[in-house]
Amino acid sequence: MIQRFPVAGEDFSAAGEASSKIKNILRQVGEDAELIRRVCIAAYEAEMNLVIHAGGGEMILKLDTDMVEVIAQDRGPGIPDVELAMQEGYSTASDLAREMGFGAGMGMANMKRCASEMLIDTEVGKGTTVTLRFKTGKN
Amino acid sequence: MNLAQVKELLQAEVLSGEEKLATTHALSVCGADLMSDVLAFTKEKTLLLTGLTNPQVIRTAEMIDLVGLVFVRGKRPSEDVIAMARERGLPMLSTKLPLYETCGLLYTAGLPGCSARAANG
Ligand SMILES: Nc1ncnc2c1ncn2[C@@H]1O[C@H](COP(=O)(O)OP(=O)(O)OP(=O)(O)O)[C@@H](O)[C@H]1O
Ligand SMILES: [Mg+2]
Repeated sequence: MIQRFPVAGEDFSAAGEASSKIKNILRQVGEDAELIRRVCIAAYEAEMNLVIHAGGGEMILKLDTDMVEVIAQDRGPGIPDVELAMQEGYSTASDLAREMGFGAGMGMANMKRCASEMLIDTEVGKGTTVTLRFKTGKN
Repeated sequence: MNLAQVKELLQAEVLSGEEKLATTHALSVCGADLMSDVLAFTKEKTLLLTGLTNPQVIRTAEMIDLVGLVFVRGKRPSEDVIAMARERGLPMLSTKLPLYETCGLLYTAGLPGCSARAANG
């Protein structure tokens, strides 16, 4: 099963809706609560990055028998230095994002901690795709 | 400790979820204004104390199933944000006390932080 959710850039009141829908779907299909928690934290961080850093994009949920996959895709500015972006504390978030409680530079590290596997495909000026994979059942 | 007891202890005003206070229990408390920190470090059944009143606080609560929110230093979210919490059945309190004192009262009353809970299993 594949589901797609559009995410608007800079829209802080709607930000989080896609992750909330993902959460509901995972509940409906009866995934384990601990897995749902990890997927939701990572998905929400990825969604906020679309809103804050990329001018919006798309969240994609793929459900397989032994895998939940969440993909955050955008055509934003790309990430020039992925290693730096992964470091806790590094952030280029705007003042507005900081007022909303974001911009701690923790999101990417959080995603990595929550997911079984994290892939980042990015090109400056073209966009970024973050793929988060979660093994279901016995990891 | 249940949230009705938290309300008494903090002399707090109830903004949403009044009917659930007595039956909602917090196992730990986290005080933070950075949502990524909350997402990274909280355990289940945690009560969040915060000075932030924007919609993202409600979203964060929803994502990680926080048991409730306490706004400190008399802060109050807008009616829109309160409506979001009501829709989700999320209890919210507002206390006049500042963050440090709110933490101190709850800690002294026996509610641990999330790291202590992690250490004790
Ligand atoms: N989709 C993206 N497009 C462009 N840049 C991004 C994207 N995602 C992350 N970045 C860059 O990587 C940095 C680190 O991201 P990370 O999510 O770890 O922290 P943050 O979003 O700045 O703060 P936090 O997640 O704690 O709220 C960002 O500040 C930004 O510079
Ligand atoms: Mg982020």
